[in-house]
Formats: sequence, structure tokens, C-alpha cells
Amino acid sequence: MDITVNILLTIATAATPLLIAAIGELVVERSGVLNLGVEGMMIMGAVGGFGAGYLTGSPWIGLLAAIALGAVFSLLFAVMTLSLATNQVATGLSLTLLGLGLSGMMGTSFVGQPGARLPNLDIPGLTAIPVVGRLLFGQDPIFYISIALTAAVMWFLFKTRTGLTLRSIGDSHTSAHALGIHVIRYRYLAVIFGGACAGLAGGHLSLVYTPQWVENMTAGRGWIALALVVFASWRPWRVLAGAYIFGAVWIGQLHAQAFGIPVPSQLLSSLPYLATIVVLVLISRNKRLTMMNTPASLGQPFVPDR
Amino acid sequence: MRLELIKRPQRSMLFSALSPFIAFMLTIIAGAILFALLGVNPLKAFQIYFIEPVSQVWQLHELAIKAAPLILIGVGLSVCYRANIWNIGAEGQFILGGIVGSIIPVLFPQFEGPLVLPLMLLFGMVGGAAYATVPALLKTRFNTNEILTSLMLVYVAQLFLDWLVRGPWRDPKGFNFPQTIQFNDSAILPELMPASGRANWGFVFALVAAVLVWILMSRMLKGFEVRVLGSSPRAGRFAGFGINRMVFFAFMLSGALAGLAGISEVSGAIGQLQPVISPGYGFTAIIVAFLGRLNPLGIVAAGLVLALTYLGGEAVQSALGISDKVARVFQGMLLFFVLGCDTLIHYRIRLIGFATPKLEAAPKLEEVH
Repeated sequence: MDITVNILLTIATAATPLLIAAIGELVVERSGVLNLGVEGMMIMGAVGGFGAGYLTGSPWIGLLAAIALGAVFSLLFAVMTLSLATNQVATGLSLTLLGLGLSGMMGTSFVGQPGARLPNLDIPGLTAIPVVGRLLFGQDPIFYISIALTAAVMWFLFKTRTGLTLRSIGDSHTSAHALGIHVIRYRYLAVIFGGACAGLAGGHLSLVYTPQWVENMTAGRGWIALALVVFASWRPWRVLAGAYIFGAVWIGQLHAQAFGIPVPSQLLSSLPYLATIVVLVLISRNKRLTMMNTPASLGQPFVPDR
Repeated sequence: MRLELIKRPQRSMLFSALSPFIAFMLTIIAGAILFALLGVNPLKAFQIYFIEPVSQVWQLHELAIKAAPLILIGVGLSVCYRANIWNIGAEGQFILGGIVGSIIPVLFPQFEGPLVLPLMLLFGMVGGAAYATVPALLKTRFNTNEILTSLMLVYVAQLFLDWLVRGPWRDPKGFNFPQTIQFNDSAILPELMPASGRANWGFVFALVAAVLVWILMSRMLKGFEVRVLGSSPRAGRFAGFGINRMVFFAFMLSGALAGLAGISEVSGAIGQLQPVISPGYGFTAIIVAFLGRLNPLGIVAAGLVLALTYLGGEAVQSALGISDKVARVFQGMLLFFVLGCDTLIHYRIRLIGFATPKLEAAPKLEEVH
């Protein structure tokens, strides 16, 4: 029983960064913007979170720094694609390349240093309940944030007027503009929200998952988060399910490596990436369904006419 | 304050030519700020970064060695991006080219002679093209996003190479180092001018590829097809151009060139397979393609510039103790500024202050008449 609980806990820890980054990107894409810079914003959050936590000794300051750095970094993307109407695919790619380089440079002196770790929740009486206690009341704080965030985004997108407006912008920016909606302003806010989420996800990696700084420690998780959004057909609760499936794959291959299963470790390590491809194929196969779910103006630049 | 974009009636030839230079200047300015923040005199840093790595003849050879894969891959990617097909997995195709091209020298080291090299290069191209076919097939058959699949395959390729050099292909007499046997002499890409430096035939391949693709894109029907399908798929369909065929063509061409770059690097600069054979050439080549305005001849120049950023990064690391990651930062900034400056080709930019009214007063009816 204890082993099951432990495995469930590690799956949750592996799924949380994917979930947060994907939820953020989901809001961005629902507004019609495709930000391929998730990996870059995430790694900036990771290095910023680690650095601030390490220098101040407080993981909570690290957490705030991770969110802030992700948001600031996404602002770069927003200015380029929204104000200057650059190609979103190419700009997102350059955000990722820049983030990987910048984080490597900023983190040079952090390599090999012990980091600050966010403490797990510990409520007297509740956490000690057998089995469910640790699952419900004994995880790291970001886990709870991720669940709350998913619920909040679901409520925002589908139950509020602003959420409806955001979705309408994603489906047709020209119509939204004609109705007097400030398309660019909404998109700015969406992109910055996505950046803050990606930064938080990166902070989770360097403050909870492995409290240390390793170059390129995101290891493609930002890209997997992007794939999760497609897999989830732009629906928050499906992102949640997808993130936990991928968390399970990630943990599964790690456990398989630890048990010494007679399969090359490299093959096991490549499973999350191969799984991403398989999942994308399965979900995109139905062309009509995909077309129906995709925000119609996704990735197209918008220049308001006057 | 905010920006406002005003569409130009036609694309500006002036800014089309100027934008890479403006972008480069902006990168220099941002770089100067960066160096100053790191506590280094920017002038001294630039001297070390951009001038010293190319002040001697042997160093120019090193530049050519770094530029060759960037140009080869960049030229291929330019065809993809022109066609609005997003292959960002060139790094993986590069690695597969290196692996498949190494089959002969690793598994049949006793096979020597003038046939070895051409076969290796051919194998490398086939390997890269075959690996690029996967995202093309998934895109055309299953409508799968090629950006994500081609990128995921990079990780898979890296792990596959890692497994090969630590497992079945490891040199049995190599003291357990993760590497294959040293290639024999007939499997080594010859140097161009051994008297003055290490540059090998890879650079010639890059130049030839650039010229051939330039001819393809500007003088042949296929190139026209690429451009039409890229700018207006609907018009392309009316013209009878097949979008699916184009996806395969662009992916296989760029994959083959990336594969050629991979095997050229392995048999030229390295001489054996190692766990890591590329310092991110496949990703840097994306920047090369854009900096070169997706024009094969521009890409030659851009490849040389980006190669210099690699050498400069190494130089500042050894001379000033700054992380060589500074090269990646420069490359990222350069791409950012290029994309930003490209806006000037299609738009005029106007700054609007807070004070100015949002809309200009509409002309009164009497004035119009």
C-alpha cells in the first residue's frame, strides 16, 4: 500500500510541471496565439527560481522569482508577435533558443550547489491519515496550485464573460475587433499569463522535483506541454488527464530503469518523447474533429486596421 | 506609449536588404550591455569575440568547419520554411546522417578505397532523409503537427546515438570510453589545404548545395511550386500543385542536407562517433536560415556569421572566463532582432504617445467633395 502511495505521489510530482505549463499555454492558444517558447520560459523559471531560492535561502522567494521571470520573458514574445506582428512560430522558437542560452549563462555558478526545497504540506492530524492523508494533505504547495489553476481556468474560460470574449478572439480576431474588443490587449494578458505559468512550472522543477540546477533540466517538458494542449483539444480537464498520463509514463520509465529491466536505458528514456508522437498521431488522425476544436485564428498575426 | 503598424503598399526593398544589418547592429548593442552587466569592458570583449577568432589563416579554417554544417542545414530548412513547412528537427536528422553514414567505417573497417567516402556521404544523406520522412509521413497521413513530431525525434535520435556508442558500436579497445573506433584513412573527409589549416570538403559541399538550391528555388518550376504553396496554399491547389508531395519533398531535401552535414562533421572534424556530435547545429541553422532571408546565397553569409558566434563564445570563455553559453545568447538575440526588423519590410512603424488622441479626426464631408 505504501509503495502505491509513493508511486502516486511521484507521478503527481512529475505531472505537475507539465500540467501548469500546459494550462498556461492553453489559455494563450485559446486567445489565438501560438507560443512555442514554453521550453524557454520554463527553463528561465527554473534557473530564476533556483537562483533566488539559493541566494536568499527562501524557496518561497524562489517561487515568486520563477513566476516573475517566466512572465517577463514572455513579454518579449508578446511585444514581438503582437506589437510587431512577427511570425509566431519563428519567434517562439527564438524564445526557446534564447532561454536555453540565457539560463545556461545565468546558472553557471549554480551548478552543483544544493538548492532550497519547498516543504511539503503538513497539517497535524490530517496528513497522518493512512493512505489518503499524504495524497490529499501531504504534497508540495505547487501541486495544490496546479489543481486550483486548472479549476480556475475551466471556470474562467467557460463560465465568465471575459473568458467567452477571450475564446471569441481566438476563433476570429477580425470579428472580435469589429465588435470593439481590444484584441491585442487580451492577447498580451493571455501571453503573460502563459509565461507566468511556464515560469512556475520551471520553478517546480528546480524547487521541488529536483532541488538543484542542471543545464537544460527541462529536458523537453515545455514541448511535451505544447503537445498536451493539442492532445487535450484545448480543454482544461483533458490537459489534467493528459499531464497525469505523461507523468505516469515519465515515472514508469524511471522505475523500469531502476529495476534493471533488460532494455537499454536510452530506449526507456525516449519513451516520453515517443509517447508524445503516438498520442499526437492518435488525436490528430480525425482531421475534421481537429479542425473543429482548434482555435480558428491560432498562429495568425493580427494587425488592427484603423 | 504604443506601437502602431501601418501596412506598406508593397514590400520595401530597402528594408529587405537592410534588415539583417540593422538586426546585427542591435545585437551588438544588446551584447555590449550584456558584457557590461557581466563586468567586462564591451570593447575588449568584442575584440576577443568577433576579431581575434578570425585574425589568422588557420582560424579561418576553423570558421569554415563550423560554417559548413550551418549552411548545409540552413539551406535545406529555407526550402521548408518557404513552403510554410516547419521542420525543426534538423538536429535529429543531422545525428541520423552521422550514424547511418558511419555504418561502413564502424562495421566494415577493413573496407578501404576510393569508394568508401562517396558511399558514406550517400548513406548519410539517405539516413537524414529517411528520418525526416517520419514527420512528413505523420503530417500527410495523420494530420499530425510536424513541429512537435520533428522536435520529439531529436531527443530520440540523441538517445539512439548515445546507446550506439555506449553499447553495440563501442570501440572494444577503447578503455570503455563511449566512442566508436577511429575511422580509417579512406573514411576521413580530406582537408582542403592541409598546409594552412583543418578545413575540409564539407565547406565545399555547403557552397555547392547553396548554389544548387538557389538555382532550384529561382530558376526551376519546383522552386516556384514551393513559393506558391508557401504563400498561398489555395492558389497552389488551383495550379495543381500537391501539398502532400511538397511536404515530403521539403522534409526529404532538408533531411538529406542535414544528414550530409552530419556525416561530413563526423568523418571530417571528429573522425569517429561520440555521444554528442553536434553543438546544436540543427537549431542554430534555424537562425541561419532566417538571418539569410531564406535565400540560399544569403544563408552562406549568415552561416559564416553564426559560425563566428560559436568561435567567439569559445574565445571569451578561455580569455575572460565567461560561459560559452554566451554564444547561444547572441544567436537567440540575433534571431529575435532579425524577426523584429523584418516587420519593417511590410509595415511602417509609428510610435503613439499617451497624449495623442486615439483616432485621427475623420475628414469632414465638405472637405472631401
